[in-house]
Amino acid sequence: MAQQMTGAEMVVEALKDQGVEHIFGYPGGAVLPIYDAIFQQGKVRHILVRHEQGATHMAEGYARSTGKCGVVLVTSGPGATNAVTGLTDALLDSIPLVCITGQVPVPLIGSDAFQECDTVGITRSCTKHNYLVKSIEDLPRILHEAFHIATSGRPGPVVIDIPKDVQFAMGTYIKPQAEMSHPTYKPQREGDTEAIRVAVDLMLRAERPVFYTGGGIINSGPEASRNLRELAELTGFPVTSTLMGLGAYPASGGQWLGMLGMHGTYEANMAMHDCDLMICLGARFDDRITGRIDAFSPGSRKIHVDIDPSSINKNIVVDVPIVGDVNLVMEEMIRMWRARTNQPRTEAIAPWWKAIEKWRGVNSLGFTNSSSIIKPQHAIARLYEATKNRDVYITTEVGQHQMWAAQHFHFNEPNRWMTSGGLGTMGYGLPAAIGVQVAHPDALVIDIAGEASVQMTMQEMSTALQYELPVKIFILNNEYMGMVRQWQELLHGGRYSHSYSDALPDFVKLAEAYGGHGIRCADPGELDNAIDEMININKPVIFDCLVSKEENCLPMIPSGKPHNEMILPDTADIGSIIDEKGRVLV
Amino acid sequence: MNANLLPTGSAYFLTQQTQEPERHTLTVLVDNEPGVLARVVGLFSARGFNIDSLTVSETEHDKHRSRITVVTVAVPKIIAQIKLQLERLVPVHKVHDLTEEGNYIERELALVKVAGVGENRVEALRLADAFRAQVIDASTESFVFEVTGKSSKVEQFISLMAPIGLVEVVRTGLAAVTRGGEGM
Repeated sequence: MAQQMTGAEMVVEALKDQGVEHIFGYPGGAVLPIYDAIFQQGKVRHILVRHEQGATHMAEGYARSTGKCGVVLVTSGPGATNAVTGLTDALLDSIPLVCITGQVPVPLIGSDAFQECDTVGITRSCTKHNYLVKSIEDLPRILHEAFHIATSGRPGPVVIDIPKDVQFAMGTYIKPQAEMSHPTYKPQREGDTEAIRVAVDLMLRAERPVFYTGGGIINSGPEASRNLRELAELTGFPVTSTLMGLGAYPASGGQWLGMLGMHGTYEANMAMHDCDLMICLGARFDDRITGRIDAFSPGSRKIHVDIDPSSINKNIVVDVPIVGDVNLVMEEMIRMWRARTNQPRTEAIAPWWKAIEKWRGVNSLGFTNSSSIIKPQHAIARLYEATKNRDVYITTEVGQHQMWAAQHFHFNEPNRWMTSGGLGTMGYGLPAAIGVQVAHPDALVIDIAGEASVQMTMQEMSTALQYELPVKIFILNNEYMGMVRQWQELLHGGRYSHSYSDALPDFVKLAEAYGGHGIRCADPGELDNAIDEMININKPVIFDCLVSKEENCLPMIPSGKPHNEMILPDTADIGSIIDEKGRVLV
Repeated sequence: MNANLLPTGSAYFLTQQTQEPERHTLTVLVDNEPGVLARVVGLFSARGFNIDSLTVSETEHDKHRSRITVVTVAVPKIIAQIKLQLERLVPVHKVHDLTEEGNYIERELALVKVAGVGENRVEALRLADAFRAQVIDASTESFVFEVTGKSSKVEQFISLMAPIGLVEVVRTGLAAVTRGGEGM
């Protein structure tokens, strides 16, 4: 088993042993030995990015769409600091990443050497764990341990900082063990049976139950989505999901309430507020979900299933905490439910469904369409119609377009929706789409973008061209940082301070300059044809969709308000809703 | 509300404002690897938790294991978070909340430098005797006392020395261990 090789060769060997097929990176002085080792093999394919932040988001898109670990390789100093945004993004959204950074040789550490930075110090608070490898003897263990930590428990990013002299040093490579074990890191996968029994007891007595599901179900693998569907069918309970969990339960399912939270549907938020039993599966009571904490779902018992014990009782105190892998816990719930009854609680919860139907009748996602100007919601709806029968993956940037995509594009399968939820990273979508396309070369991959966000990582167009990755960038161009503008309308008297997208490039020419294809559309009558044109071109496309400029993203729970005080689409003046206390919230 | 459920125990209105802050002594057993202290301290600062006292040393050299004793003040809900967040760190073996587990002893050591002449010197020595503090350095115009005990005793000794001619104080921070024959 043991084999002599250099540190750089060990890195590549470990990647192969961990089943890594693609890595995203950018070379530099401190990682040259690893790049040399990559050059001399053909198994691990390297995708050259245009900025290290792009590499991290590509790895995130790759990971999110495959369930595998995303791998990033960058150099020391600026290479590492440029990766920080993506690492933080992966930490907040629990995406498994291993990021290998070059470092100056061990004797130079601390001397302010060229391209030196304290990578482990800088990334300590934005990774699940990180390592500085000071000795070749430690390298094989750390490489395998990093993959184990990144992918198990609550997934997250792990940084391995490898000084250049360690990359050159000779040592003994050790293959990964079949079953990784760690002396201190032992995530709990099995839920406590007694707690699950109590949870099922509550479910069997509930009259107004709701499943509140999140990204944990996606992270737990496709089987978790199947079990969620089975559990929903078995119980007859309504299902809502966070932004991160979309697709785990199909949007076409009869028990689907739509997304919940700040821009969630009226029925989902009202159900959360009025329920008597909330079953939280792999979600974390984030502030975008809860709204005002002290008025959050005041009459309900709460069950919380999470693999991370620190998520429990962090924001919201719950009655039945269950620490474990949500998939295994759901399996156990299904087994217990079946043992007690094989019936959904159809009759007992009929009045609850009646109330939900009434809320559905509000049509909170409604909007006034226009025949002269493209409404952004309409553009997403048409994009959905044109692509719904295809193998389609959607990524987004951050802002209004992201929320409209979550509301009006409907997901029926997990791993089809890649978005920056926790950190809200503008510039995520284009590189994430490239990462998805690398993993799924024949699929249709669309980045639903805003004209402001997409300019943050626009240079990755060049990466898409280089590797012939035909990603589609569908820009909802309203010439504003739309969400910023909306909040300025809400909170600051409509004084649009620096939220206008001035001096925009000609996106069609820009696409052509990169060697891609550009499309512009401003006429609702031509939209469908233009979308078809985009889908049918087998190269990267920038679609500049000119939409109405001052459309607000509604419905919305304004900051400082509870779930049952949403702003609905027919609200005339949104500028007078938020009080002084709410203004300081984000 | 909960038609056929018991009265809700869900504590929505038991938010921070209704809980009183408590002082807790935590023992954190960690692998003594580079950066482990920075991880622990960084966690406290990043999440806005307090550190009142911090004592760190490798205690099992063969296993490279260190023991961190940290005293923190927070409402019970946050104390629970602090423990869970600490346990989430990869090199952390175990977190013990000694205040919650009860039955433990805590000690702190301080070196107290006092300067003065005449009656003040006599008074300083008299107080030191009462507190069982040792004189570990002396000059014609100064003493350095070593005092050990609970933090409150150390605190009191220092405050008594203040009017006599307190120059400076060094404190080790708290060390704490459970009573009885059981180890952690």
